[in-house]
Amino acid sequence: MIPEGAILMIGGFMGVGTPERIVDELVRQGKRNLTVIANDTAVPGRGIGKLVDAGLVSKTVASHIGLNPETQRQMIEKKMEVDLVPQGTLIERIRAGGCGLGGVLTPTGVGTVVEEGKQKIEVDGKSYLLETALHADFALISAFLADYLGNLSYALTSRNFNPIIAMAADTTIVAADHIVPVGLIAPDHVVTPAPLVDYIVANG
Amino acid sequence: MDAQSTIAKRIALEVRTGMLVNLGIGIPTMVANFVPNDIKAFFQSENGLIGTGPVPEEGMAHALLTDAGGRPVTALPGACTFDSAMSFALIRGGHVDMTVLGALQVDGTGLLANWMIPGKMVPGMGGAMDLVSGAKRVVIAMQHTAKGKPKIVNKCTLPLTSIRPVDLVVTEMAVISFPEGRATLVETGPGVSVEQVVAATEAKLVLPDKIPTMRL
Repeated sequence: MIPEGAILMIGGFMGVGTPERIVDELVRQGKRNLTVIANDTAVPGRGIGKLVDAGLVSKTVASHIGLNPETQRQMIEKKMEVDLVPQGTLIERIRAGGCGLGGVLTPTGVGTVVEEGKQKIEVDGKSYLLETALHADFALISAFLADYLGNLSYALTSRNFNPIIAMAADTTIVAADHIVPVGLIAPDHVVTPAPLVDYIVANG
Repeated sequence: MDAQSTIAKRIALEVRTGMLVNLGIGIPTMVANFVPNDIKAFFQSENGLIGTGPVPEEGMAHALLTDAGGRPVTALPGACTFDSAMSFALIRGGHVDMTVLGALQVDGTGLLANWMIPGKMVPGMGGAMDLVSGAKRVVIAMQHTAKGKPKIVNKCTLPLTSIRPVDLVVTEMAVISFPEGRATLVETGPGVSVEQVVAATEAKLVLPDKIPTMRL
């Protein structure tokens, strides 16, 4: 389903909350030239790190790659383009993309190298950077519970980017730790509503 | 006490009951270990947790409960979890009372560089830029010098993290604050003289009449 050259948003924070089974399948199929939008690239051998290890990623948009020496090596050797974005800005750009907004105004990055090439806008005497929305072809997310309709809930710190990227892609694929009957997740405990989810796979 | 513990212990005195506190990776993480038991503060991990507790005992780690460095943590009773947009709304929105971060350089006016060394180390800024821009109080935990060279400099030569200056710098040699935008020596480290601090600092320090020894 995911073609070579696809733009992917992938959930997870240092590999926690990353849909490992979907990542493993991308590696098995050797889908190349991927653009990955995610918080980080984890560590070699884990989560998004597996895609980097396999040389499948041509561009990364992330806030932090410091714990993955392989990402840094490929960036320095110019095998991979890396766009570093402050974490709060990255998640808001994704949120904007999923919420029908053109972008957001943030004070983060004003007066630093982050502002290069961006529009600076003053509101009530304070400077903000215009940070534009991000979209993807596919959001690959991990959830703790999914019901058969696609309602999702998350566990502990594995939530992170998952519910936000679930809204910002044309197609959302979830790997769930447990697939449960409809009604088992109480309405108040559904974090991602079912209409946002296109496909569910069991996470191993 | 080693340098890192001295720094962490001194910063722990800045933590008050009811504060929402975000600790960075490294020495900042150690601060929580030195907060007195009668101080009840909320510790945030920016990957989506308030109520972060100590590192779990052997065998008690939960694979889906980690800190911002991906290491196992615990969640205290009353903890809550949330997504990254909420986490950074808390940070940028001024809801975090204090953040403790490491530094590569701080200049004489309190400007901070802590996220890259061009051509050498490009880890990415992670949450640092948002934290410095948005937290009510920014405290820096760092060793006073690196390989014998001062880290408190006239002007940062490394890329800045934010144009918002930090509020307090704590090293094993000194506590420095920035009233009116000028680096001011407010405490000296245990067994360290004012002259030693001045010699190990490139930025010009304002020296008040009375400079007590670091409270620990």
